[in-house]
Amino acid sequence: MPPILQVKDLVTEFGPPGGPSLRAVNEVSFSLERGRILGLVGESGSGKSVTGFSIIGLLDRPGRITGGQILFDGTDLTKLSGEEMRRLRGRRIAMVFQDPMMTLDPVLTIGRQMVEAVLAHEAVSKETARQRARDALGLVGIPSPEERLAAYPHQFSGGMRQRVAIAIALLHRPDVIIADEPTTALDVTIQSQIIAEFQRLVEMNGTAVIWITHDLAIVSRLADDIAVMYAGRLVVTGAASDVLSDQRHPYTKGLIASVPSENRRGERLAQIPGMTPSLLRLPQGCSFRLRCARATEACKAMPPLVEENGRAFRCIHPVLEGAA
Amino acid sequence: MQDRADALIEVREVTRRFGPKPDFAATLALRLGLAKPAPVVHALDRVSLKIRRGEVIGLVGESGCGKSTLGRVIAGIIQPSEGEVLWQGTSLNALPPGKRKAADLAIQMIFQNPMAALNPRMTIEEIVAEAPRTHGLAKRGDGAYVDRYLAMVGLDPATKRRYPHQFSGGQRQRVNIARALAVQPQFLVCDESVAALDVSIQAQVINLFMDLREQLNLTYLFVSHDLGVVEHISDRVAIMYLGRIVEEAPVEEIFRRPNHPYTKALLSEVPRIERAKRRFKPVAGELPSPLDPPKGCHFHPRCPYATDRCRIEVPKKIEIAPGHHSACHLNAA
Repeated sequence: MPPILQVKDLVTEFGPPGGPSLRAVNEVSFSLERGRILGLVGESGSGKSVTGFSIIGLLDRPGRITGGQILFDGTDLTKLSGEEMRRLRGRRIAMVFQDPMMTLDPVLTIGRQMVEAVLAHEAVSKETARQRARDALGLVGIPSPEERLAAYPHQFSGGMRQRVAIAIALLHRPDVIIADEPTTALDVTIQSQIIAEFQRLVEMNGTAVIWITHDLAIVSRLADDIAVMYAGRLVVTGAASDVLSDQRHPYTKGLIASVPSENRRGERLAQIPGMTPSLLRLPQGCSFRLRCARATEACKAMPPLVEENGRAFRCIHPVLEGAA
Repeated sequence: MQDRADALIEVREVTRRFGPKPDFAATLALRLGLAKPAPVVHALDRVSLKIRRGEVIGLVGESGCGKSTLGRVIAGIIQPSEGEVLWQGTSLNALPPGKRKAADLAIQMIFQNPMAALNPRMTIEEIVAEAPRTHGLAKRGDGAYVDRYLAMVGLDPATKRRYPHQFSGGQRQRVNIARALAVQPQFLVCDESVAALDVSIQAQVINLFMDLREQLNLTYLFVSHDLGVVEHISDRVAIMYLGRIVEEAPVEEIFRRPNHPYTKALLSEVPRIERAKRRFKPVAGELPSPLDPPKGCHFHPRCPYATDRCRIEVPKKIEIAPGHHSACHLNAA
């Protein structure tokens, strides 16, 4: 079966047309198969969220896609009109945001919002729509869904609001869900409740998921595949177990090494020196060059994404197994 | 039992409630039975904690459990409704004014959001120099004093004429640390001080905290929801749930032998990198409202082992192993 979503050389820029622009997403390519979870990992400013917004067509001006293709079930989304995209969004591709109040209208009841979401894409009766909404709330583990339909968002806790947002995303059984840090604002016990719920539903429906996060620990338990972004570019892609246990790229290696649980208690943490470069002042060649202990003269030319046994990394001095 | 004198700071039976102070009309209405009492948040419920000199205590709990309130009570920013905070054996409120000021300077706090804690219209030199100058620790025009503290936290003193917005998040948190250190404190309350930082920057700041502790012989209260960070940096860990400390033990003990059912649930969520996909097995339910906490043990509505006794009686904290205290009725059975 062909992948449900294929992103090819995607470029997203911010800046006035014709003027100087900033490349937030730079030649990013990956593909996503049905029923699989892709963890899109990066630090702030790496372009991971902009990639998500580009796919679902929610880029705000002055952001725009200036290159590449987004093939969804064979259709190039970058060629679609606003109206065609609107008919797709929410029905076949849905999004869950970090802050559920971005999805929910504070002055409408949950029921009204969910019925609206059903009717936006399907010509069914209000009663059927309401029933669908009630079932969806039950599915995400909200107790007494019938009564909760009449409640307003502020009457829910943060965790319950995020469940409602997920219920809305699932209303039309989309092919792809883009989840942008959906558990970052939640407490750890609530976070694992939401992830457990998500895992179950995605498996049940065979939905493909792009899970955008900075949290490697979550991705390591949740994702089938991982793509790591740095300064707008993909630096590592591959099956989760490969990427995590045998880190070829010095950035991924440094990132994983700096997680406290990977270090001996009480000792200094392994750390990556310096900070993420500004997109306006990227070093020539490899963007990670100035923070990298392995960098040489040769890194002043942009290294290509090297493919090797189903995974890829952008580095000419990869960390080899056993060494270091 | 440890001697009282070696506790640098001690919290004794501290309760803190938040709610409106009833004015005359409200009091009258209440007396006459015409109104219901206003809702009160029970943020802290008879919390006791002893912190020894040179120790790092990790204070862990979910949002709304009262960990930040406890941090602020210890830092002297908010007053307890009942109970007292002892500084080197004497109640803060019983200290004579001169000693009280010295204690206030000795206890400093570092907040979560580094930008919100810095005045955007002051240069970082002014920010770091303000308190020591006010308190006579540094002379006006003593530029070397500020330089020393900036260098200590890993900032280039040549950048001291810049404003906070010209720094990155990690650097801003370093400015906050330099400002706190500039009054030569002995004790730092760090309230989610690394939570807002990216992973690679977080590691740098945690390392800085550990280096400073060694150089300056500091004592920390490290308030955090991140169990990975707390496990790494702490000597002793206290777990809070809805206004109470439910368990307290040396860090290795608590991670190896967690006793309280809540601690067990929480510790299964330590962020670790797994090499294989696995299912999440969460504890059910949510934190109840501190406006109307459950009777008895606060955790009983979510606890798989709860009995009738847990629904009625508040469990006492008892020592189940040397230095390991837990408040659960299962230990008494």
